[in-house]
Amino acid sequence: MSLESRRSFIKKAGATGLTFWLGLSYVKGSNTPVISMVAKSITPLIKIDATGITIFNPKPEMGQGSYQAVAAMIAEELEVSLDQIKIKNTSGEKEFGPGQAAGGSSTVRTGYNQYRKMGAAAKEMLIKAASQSWGVSPESCTAKEGKVYHAATNRSLKYEELAEAASLLEIPKEPKLKDPKDFKLIGKKVNRPDIPLKVTGKAAFGIDAESPNMVYASVERCPVLGGTLKSFDASLTLKMPGVIKVISADKIMGKYTSTGVVVIANTYWAALQGRKALKIEWDTKGFENFNSSDYETKLRALSNEAGIIDKNIGSVESLNLPADKVVEAFYETPMVAHHPLEPMNCTVHVQGEKAEIWTSTQVPGSVTGTGAGDLAKLVGLKAEDITLHAGFIGGGFGRRLYLDFIVEAVNIAKQIDRPVKVLWSREDTTTQGPFRPMTFSKIMGGLSADNQLIALQHKVISPGYFDAMSPTWDKTKVDGIMVEGISAQEYVIPHMKNTFVMADYHVPVAAWRSVTSSTLAFAHECFIDEMAHKANKDPLDFRLGLQPANSDTSRVLKKLREITNWDKPLPAGKARGMAQWDFFAGLSAHAVEVSLAKSGAISIDKVYVVIDLGTVVNPDNVKAQVEGAVVMALSAAIHPCITLKNGKVEQANFDTTPVTRMSEAPEVIVEILLEGKKIKGVGEPGLPPFAPALGNAIFALTKKRLRKLPLEVEFV
Amino acid sequence: MKTIELSINQKVHRIEVDPEMPLLWAIRDIVGLKGTKFGCGQGLCGACTVQLDGQPIRSCQTPVGSITAKQKITTIEGASTRLEKIVQAAWIEHQVPQCGYCQSGQIMSATALLKSNPKPTESDIENYMSGNICRCGTYTRIKAAIQTAAKNAQTKSKS
Repeated sequence: MSLESRRSFIKKAGATGLTFWLGLSYVKGSNTPVISMVAKSITPLIKIDATGITIFNPKPEMGQGSYQAVAAMIAEELEVSLDQIKIKNTSGEKEFGPGQAAGGSSTVRTGYNQYRKMGAAAKEMLIKAASQSWGVSPESCTAKEGKVYHAATNRSLKYEELAEAASLLEIPKEPKLKDPKDFKLIGKKVNRPDIPLKVTGKAAFGIDAESPNMVYASVERCPVLGGTLKSFDASLTLKMPGVIKVISADKIMGKYTSTGVVVIANTYWAALQGRKALKIEWDTKGFENFNSSDYETKLRALSNEAGIIDKNIGSVESLNLPADKVVEAFYETPMVAHHPLEPMNCTVHVQGEKAEIWTSTQVPGSVTGTGAGDLAKLVGLKAEDITLHAGFIGGGFGRRLYLDFIVEAVNIAKQIDRPVKVLWSREDTTTQGPFRPMTFSKIMGGLSADNQLIALQHKVISPGYFDAMSPTWDKTKVDGIMVEGISAQEYVIPHMKNTFVMADYHVPVAAWRSVTSSTLAFAHECFIDEMAHKANKDPLDFRLGLQPANSDTSRVLKKLREITNWDKPLPAGKARGMAQWDFFAGLSAHAVEVSLAKSGAISIDKVYVVIDLGTVVNPDNVKAQVEGAVVMALSAAIHPCITLKNGKVEQANFDTTPVTRMSEAPEVIVEILLEGKKIKGVGEPGLPPFAPALGNAIFALTKKRLRKLPLEVEFV
Repeated sequence: MKTIELSINQKVHRIEVDPEMPLLWAIRDIVGLKGTKFGCGQGLCGACTVQLDGQPIRSCQTPVGSITAKQKITTIEGASTRLEKIVQAAWIEHQVPQCGYCQSGQIMSATALLKSNPKPTESDIENYMSGNICRCGTYTRIKAAIQTAAKNAQTKSKS
């Protein structure tokens, strides 16, 4: 749909007074009778008019499959096939309501029933409209493939013909949902409709924005993180061909603001060349002496602090367990970058008080003010004056949950009367952060006389996520994101005391696919393995033994045992390890098989993943997400991480901070479990157990316990 | 600034550019073909892969002035030979892309591989494709799709 037609649709839909908002919450709605105006929208996410049926996807597509999943959930109940409809990503428009954001593996997890209800409500309205026009009962009509049928009289009407009449009807509050056994789309391997666009170069990402008279900007930002601009001399730059203007602009990331120097030119290349000729003095505020190795030393020292209680049950202190029943270990994980393959970018045209924005963002609603967060406040505009064109996202992984690059681009665009595309280089994208924060873990476990795990203490020492986001964060409170999952595993341990020690940090940190579970699962689940070995028990049996009856985790562990032939020993020279993780996004368990190559290096031969979902929309997409999560977890587990020296990030491009390449990607076997009652997420849960399962496999193979990421061992 | 003629997807474009500008920006921002992607600017990720007379090149590392009008550039938008269509169909069959950002480059590399080596072994594929990063981790599907495409190209050329 062209922008113009989308706008006119929204205007019309808005004018009809349809208030059938179906974002994250299912709000009741009723119609205002419309006489002169043709109401073309049945619900905000479903548009039916003479030209056809469009389903709007409010969950930005970043590879996770929402483009197909949302459409499939609605289309299933609406009784249309995916090739009968157009699918459009939304751009934070007010008319599409709250919930226009992608994150937290939430599309199906939180939207399964809402999207289905939306489709079912529209279908009931279409059936009712048809039955009224025929003078028959709605019960005698059926809907199929975009038409309503009255079998007795052999009549049918297309949805397109019924849309106007249907849109004037009361929206059913509790439409009847289909019996899952009748599903044609949900639970089936259905081809993703975005894929043909992505194999022909037609999918438009944020970086592909084009606007008449557009110019390009490249920004030199303080290389010392935490620093900002003191002064600059652009005299040489301004003499260079193609350079139009040199200005400064603020970027806001969480509680930090910094100013960069912006070269605007008629091509990106000219802007880059101009940038090299800038002379800049930075105010590095003492951060020029910062080394991440010193910060790590500080984290180790802070591990002796008592910390803030996350969870305290039983009485760990009063147990007085004998020394031979106690294990204590210290785990360390590093910062890593998100490395979305589409570098950060944002195109903005500011005209007076109005801003038009083209970008790849996970939070369109935050850009336009329909969701959490508020770009308008950060840039001094009114939310209603901001228009967004959200593209397909060339990798999000949490990086595009933040508005820093959009704020900066708007601040730049305010200083030029043409649209400007602000493009970050790969080096900019890597060195400026934000990064997944490091977590250090001091863990103690205790066994009873009969080798039951009866005590566990997990102390997390790390920067604070909320502290980085807000200058007013109360540091005496536990930071829920930084202790994510450590108190939530389904292990029954009678004495448990989990704590958090926050260390001040000036480097911007961010959620990274599976958030802090991606580091804490490594510490926690490797340590559970240590306790299993101390107890002289099989690690899978040990974990099963800690489960309450019929827990989701025990179901997952039992399935893992089955698909890996766990009880059958592997041939000599091979070994395996396993881990599980249960957190807000979902639950999975991994087993990793490794072997020792002749060179002495470790070969990762096979990965088994059991993921607990409760329901599945597209099983092939779940498999793809888990395969991808394993590859991403592998990158972070074995490749160099992000470090700072003299205040600057030491890695800049894929040579110094490599990601997994094809030759390293292991075979991944995925098993999806649907028995559970709870609907769980897909995009993230396949990630956290990989690193600990690999660490545990290496221990099983070499008897060497690795307690630090990236794993300090040679891989094939 | 220099006038340069580029033959892209069998169409000649006459553009005024700094001859040092990488071909990538000429293709994307001057000619306006956005299917070729910017990933790293250092030839490390392969997102910008196009074919120059059938050979895969990193357009972010190729100065536009180094290309003559006689050389034929093929981008994803011009991938329309029988083999290229077979490769794209295999990509759909295996549901390869996730975010999709790297896939233009992956496909341009894969078709170049199959042109030079119609029956690649698994390690041929891994070696040839190792320069193309997929951050979403679709590697096993890319590998399978190349194997399918190789098979389909053989079968269909025999029939």
